[in-house]
Amino acid sequence: MAKHAIKLTVNGAPREASVESRLLLVHLLREGFRLTGTHIGCDTTHCGACTVLLDGVPVKSCTVLAVQADGREVRTVEGLEKDGKLDPIQEGFMQEHGLQCGYCTPGMMMTGRALLDRSPAPSEDEIRHAISGNLCRCTGYVNIVKAVQHAAGKREGA
Amino acid sequence: MIPPPFDYHSPKTLPEALELLGRLGEDAKILSGGQSLLPLLKLRLAQPAHLVDIGRIPGLDYINEEGGFLRIGALVRESALESSALVRSKYPILVDTASVVADPLVRNLATVCGNLAHGDPANDHPATMLALGAEVVLTGAKGSRTVPVAEFFTGLFATALRPTEVLSEIRIPVPPAGSGGAYVKLERKVGDFATAGAAAFLVSKGGTIERAGIGLTNLGPTPVKARDAEKALAGKRATEDAFAEAGRLAAAAASPSADRRGSVEYKREMARVLTVRALRLAARRAEGR
Amino acid sequence: MSTTPRTSPEVCGMGHSMKRKEDPRFIRGQGNYVDDVSLPGMVHMDIVRSPYAHARIKKIDTAAALKVPGVAAVITGETLAQYKLHWMPTLMSDTQMVLPTEKVMYQAQEVAAVIATDRYAAADGVAAVEVEYEPLPVVVDPWKAIEPGAPVLRTDKPDKKDNRIFHWEAGDRAATDKAIREAAAVVKERIYIPRIHVASIETCGCVASFDKAQGKLTVWMTTQAPHAIRTVFALVAGHVGLSEEKIRIISPDIGGGFGGKVPVYPGYVIAVAASVVTGLPVKWIEDRMENLQADSFARDYHIDAELAADKDGRITALRIKTLADHGYADAAANPSKFPAGLFSICTGSYDLKHAFAEVDGVYTNKPPGGIAYRCSFRVTEAVHAIERMTDVLAQKLKTDPAEFRFRNFIPPEKFPYKSALGWEYDSGNYAGALKKAMDIIGYAELRKEQAEKRKRGELMGIGISSFTEIVGAGPSKQFDILGIKMFDSCELRVHPTGKAIARFGTKSQGQGHETTYAQIVAEELGIPAAHVQVEEGDTDTAPYGLGTYASRSTPTAGAAGAMAARKVRDKARKIAAHLLEVREEDLVWEPGKFSVKGAPQKSKTIQEIAFAAYTNHPQGMEAGLEATHYYDPPNLTFPFGSYVCVVDLDRGTGEVKIRRFVSVDDCGNIINPMIVQGQVHGGLTMGMAPALLEEISYDENGNVQGGSFMDYLLPTAVETPKWETAHTVTPSPHHPFGAKGVGESATVGAPPAIVNAVVDALSHLGVTHIDIPMTPEKVWRILKEKGVAE
Repeated sequence: MAKHAIKLTVNGAPREASVESRLLLVHLLREGFRLTGTHIGCDTTHCGACTVLLDGVPVKSCTVLAVQADGREVRTVEGLEKDGKLDPIQEGFMQEHGLQCGYCTPGMMMTGRALLDRSPAPSEDEIRHAISGNLCRCTGYVNIVKAVQHAAGKREGA
Repeated sequence: MIPPPFDYHSPKTLPEALELLGRLGEDAKILSGGQSLLPLLKLRLAQPAHLVDIGRIPGLDYINEEGGFLRIGALVRESALESSALVRSKYPILVDTASVVADPLVRNLATVCGNLAHGDPANDHPATMLALGAEVVLTGAKGSRTVPVAEFFTGLFATALRPTEVLSEIRIPVPPAGSGGAYVKLERKVGDFATAGAAAFLVSKGGTIERAGIGLTNLGPTPVKARDAEKALAGKRATEDAFAEAGRLAAAAASPSADRRGSVEYKREMARVLTVRALRLAARRAEGR
Repeated sequence: MSTTPRTSPEVCGMGHSMKRKEDPRFIRGQGNYVDDVSLPGMVHMDIVRSPYAHARIKKIDTAAALKVPGVAAVITGETLAQYKLHWMPTLMSDTQMVLPTEKVMYQAQEVAAVIATDRYAAADGVAAVEVEYEPLPVVVDPWKAIEPGAPVLRTDKPDKKDNRIFHWEAGDRAATDKAIREAAAVVKERIYIPRIHVASIETCGCVASFDKAQGKLTVWMTTQAPHAIRTVFALVAGHVGLSEEKIRIISPDIGGGFGGKVPVYPGYVIAVAASVVTGLPVKWIEDRMENLQADSFARDYHIDAELAADKDGRITALRIKTLADHGYADAAANPSKFPAGLFSICTGSYDLKHAFAEVDGVYTNKPPGGIAYRCSFRVTEAVHAIERMTDVLAQKLKTDPAEFRFRNFIPPEKFPYKSALGWEYDSGNYAGALKKAMDIIGYAELRKEQAEKRKRGELMGIGISSFTEIVGAGPSKQFDILGIKMFDSCELRVHPTGKAIARFGTKSQGQGHETTYAQIVAEELGIPAAHVQVEEGDTDTAPYGLGTYASRSTPTAGAAGAMAARKVRDKARKIAAHLLEVREEDLVWEPGKFSVKGAPQKSKTIQEIAFAAYTNHPQGMEAGLEATHYYDPPNLTFPFGSYVCVVDLDRGTGEVKIRRFVSVDDCGNIINPMIVQGQVHGGLTMGMAPALLEEISYDENGNVQGGSFMDYLLPTAVETPKWETAHTVTPSPHHPFGAKGVGESATVGAPPAIVNAVVDALSHLGVTHIDIPMTPEKVWRILKEKGVAE
C-alpha cells in the first residue's frame, strides 16, 4: 500500500509526515508527533477523549484518517497555552475542579474551546449539549459545565 | 481497533471521483464524513481495497433553495444543516433531525447525504426525508438521475445508489404555506441510534390536512414510509383522534426487530407514541404556533 | 462549609479548597499515562480472543500471522506452559488462565498474543491467527449452574464435582428465622443487581521492559495497587527467576480506576512474558471492547431479601440469601477472608436486632471477577438491598418512607454501635443528614405536588436513600490480601529549607492525592501544602502499601501521613527545645511553629527547625528530619448520608427523568471541600448510570451484550442531572484527624434513591420493586400492565 506524503499545520507549526492510508489522525499525533495529550478511550466514536480541532472544528481524531488532515490545521491540547499564558478554558478547568483523572480533559477542553469560539456566553443547556460527545467518568459534569462558564466569563472580561 | 489496509484516493473534482469509482467498482467505498465508514473499518466489518475521499471536491457543500427545492449538497455536514439560517427559519423538522444525529462532534464531520447513502434504517434523516417527500440526485459518469427517497432504500444497508455513483444532492420540495413538520426520536442516551423515531409532515388548509408525510426510524429493515397513516390523515381535521388513528396505522406499518433498545412489542408501541407526538408538533408548527 | 480551617490560606491545611496540584500538567496535556510511555525498540502486543463462551481449542495456526509484515512472534498457552505461566492464582485463592492450552471459558477470553513492530501490524497479525474451536455446552444462568447435572465447568480441578465456589454467611440464622416468624409484618423481594463495568475512560494496559543485563523488570501499568502487584508478580514468576528486588512497578498517571485496575489481568502477564522472552519492551493497551468484554465486572448479585417489623413499625429482622455469579473464576478483589466482601453491612443505618446473610458463589461461562465499581467491597449490593427493602416495608405499613427511616435509625447516642452482623460503627447522625436533605429539597411540598399530580394521572416519585458505608480496610486482625495485611504507609522527609516530600503506598486515579495528602502534612506541620511534594506509584521509591480502592486512601494512607508528620513534629520539638534552650514540655505547638509557654515571642518555625536538623542538630541526635509510618487502622470507618431524588415518568415511552437530586454526605472531617464535592458529583453519576443505563448481559450462548460503548451506556452531560450537594460532619473518633473517606459514598447511595423514586411514582398502583437498570421498556411494561400507559 502506497504511503502518502502529507503536510499539515499542528498547533501553528508546519509538520510533514509520510503516512499509510489507514493511519488514524490520533495515532499520527500521538505516535508520529509525540503529542500525547490527545487520548484514546474507545473504538466506536463515542467517548471524545481524542477530540482535536480540525480547521477550528472539534472532531474525534480516532475517526479521521491522517491523510484527510493533509493541508489542514490541527489544534490539540498542547496548542491551547500561548506564550506561557493559559487559555481561559484551561484556567476554567483548574479553577472549577473540572477534572479528576485528567484523561477526558484534553478532549473536553478542546470541545469547550470550540464552543466558546462559536458562542461566547453559552447557557448551561447549551454547554451540556455541546459536550455530550465527550464522556467523563469522574466528575459528573457539574464542574465541567462550571469550567466552561468560568472561561466564558473570563473571556467577556478580557 | 485498527482498520485493515486500503488505498486512499482524493479526487479534486466530481468527474475525477466518478472516473475512479467507475474503474474501481465494488472494491471502492466513498469516504465523505467518514463517521459511519471509519468505525466499520476499525471493527473490520468492512474491508474495501480503496477509499475514494470526495471530501476535497469543492462546491458540494451548498444549502439553498432553487427551482422549488431545498437543495443539500453532498458535503453538507450535519452541523451546517443544524445551524443554517435558512433551515432554522423554514425547516424546523430538519433541525429536529440533524440535532439528534449521533453527537455534536460526529455531526461536525458526518454529512446529511451520507446519512442517507449509508442505507442504515437506524439513521435519522431517512424518516424525515420520507415524510418530506424528498428526492436524491445520484450522479454517475454518464450523468445524473433523480430518485424519490421513497424508492431509494431497497433493503437492509441496500440502496438504489450504484457503486459507480455519488449521492450528490438531496432535494426537498419547498414547503407550502400552512405546512409543518417535526421529528421525534426516542434514544437511550445522546449518541445512540434511535430506539424508534418518527417524522411527520403536514400540509393543512383551513384546519384540514391536505397531505401528510410520515417516516419511521429503526422500525424495519429499511426506513419505513407509513403510507396508510398518511392516507388516513388526508382530508381530516388535525385532531387528537385523527393523530391517534394515524399512530395506530404507523405502528402497523412498522416491522422492528428486537435488540438492546427494546422488544418488537415495545418498539411497535413507540412507533405509535412517537408518531402521535410528531404529528402534534407538526400540526402546531403548521398552524404557526 | 462547616469546619473552619485551622491554617492560613498560605499553609492550606485541612478545610481549604486548595486548587489541585496535579492540574497544571493535565490541563496542558502533559499527563503521563501508560500509553504515553514510549521506549526505544518497543514492540506492540495485541490479543486474539475467543468468539465462543465455552469451547475446546483444537488447533491454533500461527503460520499466516507470522508472515504478516512486522509480526515478530505469536505467544500461545503452549508457549507459556513451557514456563508454567499459563495459569495464575487469583486474589481469592482461585486460579485463572493466562492463556489457554485446552479450552476457553468465556467469550473474549485471551487465546493468543501477537507481538509486532507497531500496533497496526499487531492488529493485522491478530486477524491472521487461525483458531479451530469445538464448542462446548455453555452455562450462562447461575441458577442453572447450581442445578444437579449441570455441566461442571472447572474441569481443570480434578476434585470439582459442581459449579459452586464458596458459601459464606454471617449472623444468627436461628434467631433471625424466629424473629421473622414472629414479626407483625414481613416483606420479601428478589433483587437482581446486574453485571456492570467501571469503564474508566482510560482502558488497561502496560509497558513491560525486561533488562536482561541487569535482570530487572520494569512495568508501567494501569494499577491501583502497584506494591501488591509487585509481590504477586514475584510469587507467580519466582520460579522463572523474577525476584522481588528486581521488579519495579510504576503506576504513572491513571485515567480512572474505580476498582477495575486492581486485578492482574492476563494481558499484563503475557506482556511481561513477551518482554522476558524477546528482550524488548512490550506495550499492550487493550481497546474498549476488550476492556468491557474481558476485564473484571462488578455486582451480578441475585438477592432474596426479607425485612420484618413489629406492630409499632420497628424493624426487627433482616434475612438475605444471595447467589453471586463470579464467571469462570473467583477473581474478586476482596480482602482474602471476605469472599462476599463487606456485604454484611447490609443491616444499613437501622437499629435492628436480628440479621442473617448468606452468599453462595458460583461459576458460569463469563469473564472472571468481581470487583467493586467505585464502592468498598460489595457495599453497594448490601446498601441496595437494605434501602430497597426499607421502602418496601414502609410501603406495606403505609408509612411515609422518611418517617419510617427516622423511626428506625440507629440514634446518635448509640455510637459506637455494634451491628447485628458484627461491625462496630464508629459514629453517625443519620437523622441529621436525612433532615437536612429533606429541608433542601422541600420534601413536604413535593409530597403535596405528587398528590395533586396523581389526581391528574401524572407520575412523579420521590425516593430516599439513607446509606451507611463501611470503608478504610482495614485492621490487620481481619484484613489481608494474600496474607499481606491491609495497612498503608507514608514516608515523609523534610528538607533543610523546610520543604518536604511525602511518598505513599496508595495510588491516586483522579482523587487528587497530590493535593489532599499535601494538605494533611500542611495541617500537621504547618509547611505550606504548596511545598509538600507528594509521590505515589513507583515501587522503587514509595513505601509499601496496599493501594487505592474501597475508599481506603484517606482512612489508611492519609492517616499514615498524619502519623508520620506527628513523628516529625516530635523530633522537631526536641530540636526546637535545643535551639530555644528550654525543656520540651515548655514548648507549645501551633501549625508551623513551636513557641515558649508564656513567651510567645520566643519561637522557632518549622522551617528554622528543619534547617537546624541538618545544620545544628543536638549532639547525640541523628541528623535529618524524616519519618515513616505504617498505619494499621484500629477499626473501619462508616461514612453515611441521605439522598433524596425526584423523578418524573413519561407515560408514553417509560423514560425516567431525574428532576432533582439532593445529596447530604457525611465523611467526617473534610480535607478539601472542593475535592470532596467533586468526588460526590462523580459518585452520584456512577450511581445513576447503573440505575438507569448500564448493564452487561449475555445471551443463551454466552455472547456478551453491551460489550462496546454502542450498547454500554455511559451517561453524557445531557443525561446527568445537575447534582445538588451538601454535607454534615460527624468525625470518626478513631481516625487521626477524624476523616472517613468519601470517594464511593455516592455510587453506593444513589441507586436505591433513584429506584425508590421510580417505585414511589408507581406505588399507588401496587408496584413494590423494579430491578436496575430501569430502562424505558422496563418501566413502560409496568405502565402497560397497570393500565396507565399513554
